[in-house]
Amino acid sequence: MAELRLARRSSFLPLTGLMCVLLLVFVSVASASRDVVSENNETWRGPAGETRGDSHNQTNSTAHKKAFPVLSFNYEHVRKPFEISLWILLALLMKLGFHIIPGVQNIVPESCLLIGVGLLVGGIIKAIGEEAPVLDTKLFFLYLLPPIILDAGYFLPIRPFTENMGTILVFAVVGTLWNTFFIGGMIYGVCRIEGGQLASVDPLSCLLFGTIVSAVDPVAVLAVFEEIHINELLHILVFGESLLNDAVTVVLYHLFEEFTHAGTVTVVDAILGVVCFFVVSLGGILVGAIYGILGAFTSRFTSHTRVIEPLFVFLYSYMAYLSAEVFHLSGIMSLIACGVVMRPYVEANVSHKSYTTIKYFLKMWSSVSETLIFIFLGVSTVAGPHAWNWTFVIVTVVLCLVSRVLGVIGLTYIINKFRIVKLTKKDQFIVAYGGLRGAIAFSLGFLLTNSEMKNMFLTAIITVIFFTVIVQGMTIRPLVDLLAVKKKKESKRSINEEIHTQFLDHLLTGIEDICGHYGHHHWKDKLNRFNKAYVKKWLIAGERSTEPQLISFYNKMEMKQAMMLVESGSTAQLPTIVSSVSMQNIKPRGPARQRAIPSISKSREQEIRKILRANLQKTRQRLRSYSRHDLMIDPFEDNVSEVRFRRQRVEMERRMSHYLTVPANRQETPPVRKVCFESEHKVYTYDDSKSPRGWTAEPDPSPPDAVSLLNESSQRANQSSEHRAKHNDELRAKVPDEKEEQDQLKLSRCLSDPGPNKEEDLS
Amino acid sequence: MGASQTRTEHKYQDLADKTGFSLEQIENLHKRFQQLSNNEETINREHLDSIPSLANNPIRKQIIEAFFDKRNQHQDEVGSCEEIGFEQFLMVMSHFRPPSLKTTEEEKEAMRKEKLRFLFNMHDTDNDGTITLVEYRKVVEELLSKSGDIGQEAAKAIADAAMLEVASTNVPHMDPDDFYEGITFEHFEQILKGLEMETRMYIRFLDVETPTLRCGKSTS
Repeated sequence: MAELRLARRSSFLPLTGLMCVLLLVFVSVASASRDVVSENNETWRGPAGETRGDSHNQTNSTAHKKAFPVLSFNYEHVRKPFEISLWILLALLMKLGFHIIPGVQNIVPESCLLIGVGLLVGGIIKAIGEEAPVLDTKLFFLYLLPPIILDAGYFLPIRPFTENMGTILVFAVVGTLWNTFFIGGMIYGVCRIEGGQLASVDPLSCLLFGTIVSAVDPVAVLAVFEEIHINELLHILVFGESLLNDAVTVVLYHLFEEFTHAGTVTVVDAILGVVCFFVVSLGGILVGAIYGILGAFTSRFTSHTRVIEPLFVFLYSYMAYLSAEVFHLSGIMSLIACGVVMRPYVEANVSHKSYTTIKYFLKMWSSVSETLIFIFLGVSTVAGPHAWNWTFVIVTVVLCLVSRVLGVIGLTYIINKFRIVKLTKKDQFIVAYGGLRGAIAFSLGFLLTNSEMKNMFLTAIITVIFFTVIVQGMTIRPLVDLLAVKKKKESKRSINEEIHTQFLDHLLTGIEDICGHYGHHHWKDKLNRFNKAYVKKWLIAGERSTEPQLISFYNKMEMKQAMMLVESGSTAQLPTIVSSVSMQNIKPRGPARQRAIPSISKSREQEIRKILRANLQKTRQRLRSYSRHDLMIDPFEDNVSEVRFRRQRVEMERRMSHYLTVPANRQETPPVRKVCFESEHKVYTYDDSKSPRGWTAEPDPSPPDAVSLLNESSQRANQSSEHRAKHNDELRAKVPDEKEEQDQLKLSRCLSDPGPNKEEDLS
Repeated sequence: MGASQTRTEHKYQDLADKTGFSLEQIENLHKRFQQLSNNEETINREHLDSIPSLANNPIRKQIIEAFFDKRNQHQDEVGSCEEIGFEQFLMVMSHFRPPSLKTTEEEKEAMRKEKLRFLFNMHDTDNDGTITLVEYRKVVEELLSKSGDIGQEAAKAIADAAMLEVASTNVPHMDPDDFYEGITFEHFEQILKGLEMETRMYIRFLDVETPTLRCGKSTS
């Protein structure tokens, strides 16, 4: 126990030390950057002094010629990128720190910690007397928000989203409207009652305030919900709502702002507002869809320039966002629509590496953005002008909670009449509790025109954000555990589930047709058929356009398995369940058995094989470069790496036994150095008797053969089986082709019989 | 007039208790039944075959067959009939009812078992209690039947991989000499546990009176 604490402390200290140093460096540089603003009368240390020295140098050089400067200092011209990079670096180091320090992340969600850091940094900057950078609205909406939304939209789980679309829309539109008017109205009432400082607040400002503070924020929701892993339905409900309420927020915000300037509201204006809502949302979706189709179409032709494929995805999406913002349409909905429309076609067209690149870049950018947003939020809190008014702030916070709860309960009552799978009380609670406010509210508040009320509003908004993110964010995890809310299903999609999902789709469509009414499944089926018949032909290159979904799923799964196998390497991280079942066990016994193993399309298989070989090749080449010997392998030295390599290959081939059948072309396989040795347990002796063939420069035995034999030996994930498998492998070296497969099977059976004894020996 | 009304109501009530539908739903389904059967007492396979929108469905034959399968009537009979009456029609349809707010956990479990049993019966065509590799292959082939040649080649591979997965999940350690006979109902339940059938396998049955049903069938 004491050691644990000691260990923790020992890792804690250098980390905090590092962070302090970084903070100091950052702050000093930040202060240096202010030298243009502040006066030069203060005594500064470090870089600031240097800049002055630099100007001295300049003046001196004009007076008389000085020696050629070997080392000079010119900070000005890299100042901006330097600062930005330093900020980002600091943010990421903080994020890193939180994951290293054990135990912290179980109690406090990351967003809270980041806000805390922001507060700290802001406090330090203020203490020094500098002007802290504020969360600039333009910076936020144009640079920080899009990556997060694109990441969310691109990886949006479509099936649950469309199945619950009605519910999500009701929550997003009606719920936000309710929140806005309730909060705005009540605040106005309270202000009237309270009087004093608040008496000057007019109803439209209150409504505007209500709009800003009532919208559920996708960034905060993502940040918190990602860590609690609740079930898909609740996640998509809250998250979908946070995305779709952007349209409502945009419309209401502009509407109320216009009205505040205009002064009076007429019925016509109200009707125009409703029309505006439809234009904003549908227009945003349309813009996004257009860019999505353009992106999908472009990706059809990129087979020769694979390297720039990811860029197309990012740029088209960003353009969709910006184009929507030009017309004051909902940029968020445009971005989501673009990602959703583009994704199935792009994924069918791009190479595997591009797909990985897209995935990781999106995750990376959204992660950085999120971190920066929360830190800036903290800094801006300390920096910004505040006007604290106890009544106003407390009432706002209470009203937010109350209106959210009431809204959810009321809406669920209505929604449950139309839903088949009803929302239970627990679900309602999580939906209500998960309505977090975040940086969007803050930025919108910042955009308000300056008035004495603006500061009060901002203070209240910040308080609400802090309350929801910190208090609700921290307590939602224990509450989820307490209420035993269903968590996310962890298991991966299996081929059986995929088959039956498809089967169910067709079955339910058929039953609906027999019943005679056009239901949900009927329209989905129609859309799928339309998609297959027309759209896919245009947007997907080559033969992939006619590939049915089940087959693409199957191929993807194989690819993933191959990748996983190669990457997991030799250490004991065996990816899936270890089972001794093989094709042998399920094939019906009978004389008409041609192949022992199933087949997939040749091109696919070649691709998989190429990947495997490339990776094997690398390992092999590495080994080769380390080995001092060429033909003669010194068993004492190279054995360990060879053993690892062997084991890796054997495991890989065993896994791939399920899928690969086409024998590799002899010419393609690299020559194998046949190494014969015993298992690790024994002394490394070269046993002549066991390997009659000795050294061969023979090409790889065709995997089906090796595989069929590997299947023969009872597979356990320990060394004994690999040991025996290696033997079998070597002994199989000479196997020529499939026709002799049957014989080989019999042969191997005989040869592997001494196995069990050995196992008992070694285990 | 009054007597016949109460008689139909009485009959419907009987059916409602047996299948769990509401009276309005049974009304609507009865109307549909009569439309499909040309106002006769029973329907046979041709009646269902002639529904135009079913023509595009890859597993059409299996669906139609399921209606005539005695195993789905919950009466411990096996085999298939040539024609079915309204009550049998309703029994099959009752497999697609959704759970309500009031269903308890045990009822949900029972519902899930029932739905999985329905699916199992659809796959196990020779009624021996297991889905053999041949039968499973047929299932996947039918699923991909509308996709041309690519479908047929890959169907075998997919079916084999799926079967392998079932075997590996349920019987992890098999000797090379053992043979996995087929997917039993328990194994079937096990592998589809994650799908939560009771929340997926349902369709919406119309509650209210519908004047005309839009999806008609061509008159034979």
